[in-house]
Amino acid sequence: MRVSMDIELQDRPGQLLQALQPISDLKGNLISVVHHHEKEKNRRSKIPVQCVIDIDPEKLDELKSQLKDRGIGVAKVGEQRFVERGAVVLIGHIVHNDIQDTIDTVDRTGYAEVVDLTLSMPKIDQTSSAFLKIDAVGKEELNDSISLLKEVAKEKDLLVVEPIET
Amino acid sequence: MKTIRASISGFGAVGQGVAEVLLKKQDYLKNVGLDIKVIAISDSKGSEINTDGIDLSSALARKLEKGTVALEDKSSLEIIESVDHDLVIETTSTDINTGGIGLKNMLSAFNSGKDVVTSNKGPLALKYNELMEASRNSGSNFRFEATVGGAMPIINLIKDVLAGNDVISVEGILNGTCNYILTRMMEENAPYEQMLAESQELGIAETDPSYDVDGIDSACKLVILANSVFGMCFSYKDVDVTGITKITPESLLLAQNNGYVIKLIGEVKDDLIRVAPRLVPEDSPLAVGGTLNVASIQTDLSGTVTVTGRGAGSIETASAVLSDIVSIYRD
Ligand SMILES: NC(=O)c1ccc[n+]([C@@H]2O[C@H](COP(=O)([O-])OP(=O)(O)OC[C@H]3O[C@@H](n4cnc5c(N)ncnc54)[C@H](OP(=O)(O)O)[C@@H]3O)[C@@H](O)[C@H]2O)c1
Repeated sequence: MRVSMDIELQDRPGQLLQALQPISDLKGNLISVVHHHEKEKNRRSKIPVQCVIDIDPEKLDELKSQLKDRGIGVAKVGEQRFVERGAVVLIGHIVHNDIQDTIDTVDRTGYAEVVDLTLSMPKIDQTSSAFLKIDAVGKEELNDSISLLKEVAKEKDLLVVEPIET
Repeated sequence: MKTIRASISGFGAVGQGVAEVLLKKQDYLKNVGLDIKVIAISDSKGSEINTDGIDLSSALARKLEKGTVALEDKSSLEIIESVDHDLVIETTSTDINTGGIGLKNMLSAFNSGKDVVTSNKGPLALKYNELMEASRNSGSNFRFEATVGGAMPIINLIKDVLAGNDVISVEGILNGTCNYILTRMMEENAPYEQMLAESQELGIAETDPSYDVDGIDSACKLVILANSVFGMCFSYKDVDVTGITKITPESLLLAQNNGYVIKLIGEVKDDLIRVAPRLVPEDSPLAVGGTLNVASIQTDLSGTVTVTGRGAGSIETASAVLSDIVSIYRD
């Protein structure tokens, strides 16, 4: 099961490693870690971190208690839900520029996923076009994933056509 | 009756359109108490000057027949400097690198306390603040509705009709040529090059289309909007610009199958100014076709207001010039 977890780290070095250890001990798979730099540190000068993990649901309680033992607060745990749907068009040499890697750019975030891709390749040597549907856990995350996609697209000389904001 | 002595500098499509609407709307102008007397007209070859008022019909006929309005050598700048009048109607060609003769004409007009109404984007997209300061210093009126969106009202709409609103963002289609090409590519499932050729044949695109299709024209208009509406001080070089030349018919079809069209959209809000092809939902008010322009203005009090209209054309653009003139001098 994919789970999103808001945890609070003490503001000292090595804390993130402390938090990650139990996840791998319990054979969980860390998908993403997001530091909310922009959010103010909370009152007790703890650092909020959002992580997304793949883990056997039965081990979730064990994980929570192990984290607590290490002095790491667990603020919120929930099944990851993709509520925001988005779309972009890509134009260029999409396939020859490692299409899997392009898709992975979004999937690796943990908070967004390419859920559909339609590719149109008129002729060899001609530029192809693709329509990507992207699901994300929220609007901000959707925009972030599209920004990441744009960075990769720039390196690969692909044009990203984004939706207008409605 | 108030008599306004005016010069027209630049007598191409827009300048001639201004002469035509001044003729056509004589009665209307009389009714609002205005007598617009054109005392000089110039093009690149020279000018006609008549301090008693030029006969606009014969000036138009002479331009048509001879290719120039000139009866003497005096340049538009010399007229502004030496002939007494109130208003300079500046409709010379856009020069986006230096501001061209238009910039010199406007600065000289302000220098001698004249008002300026213009359709010329170049000077405003390059030297907005300098021009505003010069017009303020001399107490001159300075209006430029025609520079953005032709007949589609936008600058005066925001400044006058929507006065009091905070404008949060403006986004829209500011170039009719790009809109035409993208619309036709989608209709015909045809490549960019083919529809560019069609629009050149129809006179919608220039022989050198880069100014339109690379998004520069849209960027200039966006800069004028950003500076006049948001009080920013951008130059067109600050705009993040992507044109339409890479758009494929396949991408348009894929978009269409998913309920979208692709349009070249200019967008400005507090921290962002860019022109790029974007996916627009088919049912969005921004999804207008053909050569139309459209803009959605997001405001704090009025919500979102969307206007659409003809972004170019001789008479259409002249109508925006006329409305600026009337709004300056009508009591
Ligand atoms: N056309 C539109 O729909 C439209 C819409 C919005 C804004 N605008 C803007 O309005 C302006 C005029 O557009 P337009 O379509 O009328 O262009 P145009 O047909 O090319 O006319 C330009 C005019 O400027 C004259 N000119 C050039 N250099 C000059 C100089 N040194 N001194 C005096 N006159 C000079 C030209 O003279 P000659 O006749 O001797 O060549 C011509 O009469 C441009 O800045 C354009 O960007 C146009």
